[in-house]
Amino acid sequence: MAIDRNSNAFTFGFAIAMVIVVGSVLAFLSMYLKPLQQKNDKDKKMMSILGAINVDATRQNADEMYIKFISDSRVLNAQGDVIESEVSAFDIDKKKQYKNKNIAVEDRIHPLFISDIDGAKYYIIPMAGAGLWGPIWGFMAIEEDFTTIYGVRFDHKGETPGLGSEISSYEKFQKQWEGKKIANDDGSFHSFLVSKSPADPSDQFAVDGITGGTITSKALEEMVNRSVSTYVKYFNSLQKESVE
Amino acid sequence: MSTETAEIQLKKPKEGLFSKKNRKLITDPLDDSNPVTVQVLGICAALAITVQVEQAVVMSMSVLFVLMGGNFIISLLRNVIPNRIRIIVQLVVVAALVIIVNEVLKAYLPDVSTKLSVFVGLIITNCIIMGRLEAFALGNKPWPSVLDGFGNSMGYAWILIIVSVFREFFGSGTLYGFKILEPLGLYEIGYMNNNMMILPPMALITVGIIIWVQRARNTKLIEAN
Repeated sequence: MAIDRNSNAFTFGFAIAMVIVVGSVLAFLSMYLKPLQQKNDKDKKMMSILGAINVDATRQNADEMYIKFISDSRVLNAQGDVIESEVSAFDIDKKKQYKNKNIAVEDRIHPLFISDIDGAKYYIIPMAGAGLWGPIWGFMAIEEDFTTIYGVRFDHKGETPGLGSEISSYEKFQKQWEGKKIANDDGSFHSFLVSKSPADPSDQFAVDGITGGTITSKALEEMVNRSVSTYVKYFNSLQKESVE
Repeated sequence: MSTETAEIQLKKPKEGLFSKKNRKLITDPLDDSNPVTVQVLGICAALAITVQVEQAVVMSMSVLFVLMGGNFIISLLRNVIPNRIRIIVQLVVVAALVIIVNEVLKAYLPDVSTKLSVFVGLIITNCIIMGRLEAFALGNKPWPSVLDGFGNSMGYAWILIIVSVFREFFGSGTLYGFKILEPLGLYEIGYMNNNMMILPPMALITVGIIIWVQRARNTKLIEAN
């Protein structure tokens, strides 16, 4: 070969050319795949929201099921009052908000989804927190009495497989939440326990944690209590209105 | 010696795509020079993702793509790559391929992608890949390099899959996500999953047992002391 491939000029030239080629290939690929990836994320979120009210949607029908079952949504501030928000409730990313240390806790906004199934209303609370290895998040559906849990869906980014990751399993973990309570009968908030030792089945405010997944279980407990307490304020004001 | 070289030179012009020499590139890494059990490379990933068979399979496919692609590209460029930055060039090629795999998984197999999470990204640091690029692709033509990549990924894959079968079966009582032990009613008579199998140390021990079995069968591998 005529060019000395060990010369500085060739080395620099090669490096620059390589970076340009690789960079543009990856940029093009990323642009091309972005819409698909965003749709996947959106579908997943819809599936989780619907999962909390025990509607099994697939990636194929998530869109229409969501329109069918989720009739309304609100945006609340930290005090539990409904506010006007520029972003729609669905587009509020609680995970990002939770991670962003620049947003004060009082400035976080909280979306609430309202579902109507055959005349029965369900209030779906999204939540986000930090597990053992990475973020955890979930959705909890509350019945019309504002105290009973109708269903939950939890998910995680990278909890230990077989241990902490079981929070995303319906049969093993999420099922036991159904029928439990988040508030006392008078509507005041009651903290929830994800118990390390087997929980008393008659205890309305406790479920069994995951054996070997204690840190994830405790993180989940913290997330549920922190998130639910905000929404209970809103539920209380709703109840007051209906009494008056 | 001289006859042998002469023979090779004679054969060279009409060497078939799957000649004996090329076939050896595929079969060797499966046993005699297996990247995991003999060269003990890529162990870190093998420990981390072998909890479930599905993860091991997708991980193996990803490594297959990256290693074949990387070997091919590096082999094509082998006469152009400046010697002083060859490691950086290899790294960039591998990293680019891994990002492609990761993005494609996210777009088309989102559920598997969330399960594998960071481990796809960690393929970049998998020593098998850099090892093959440096040791083979830099000095060989594209086609043998692709075969070498295929052979080595398969050598990696079968170990991963065996380890994951053991770990998923004893650790979770399932195989590829299907419940095996529950319908048998073993849990009702007091059987419990071995949580230890889910933790990384048991992967190391399982790999150790595979190495033991392999050396007992293939005495060539035992070092003369």
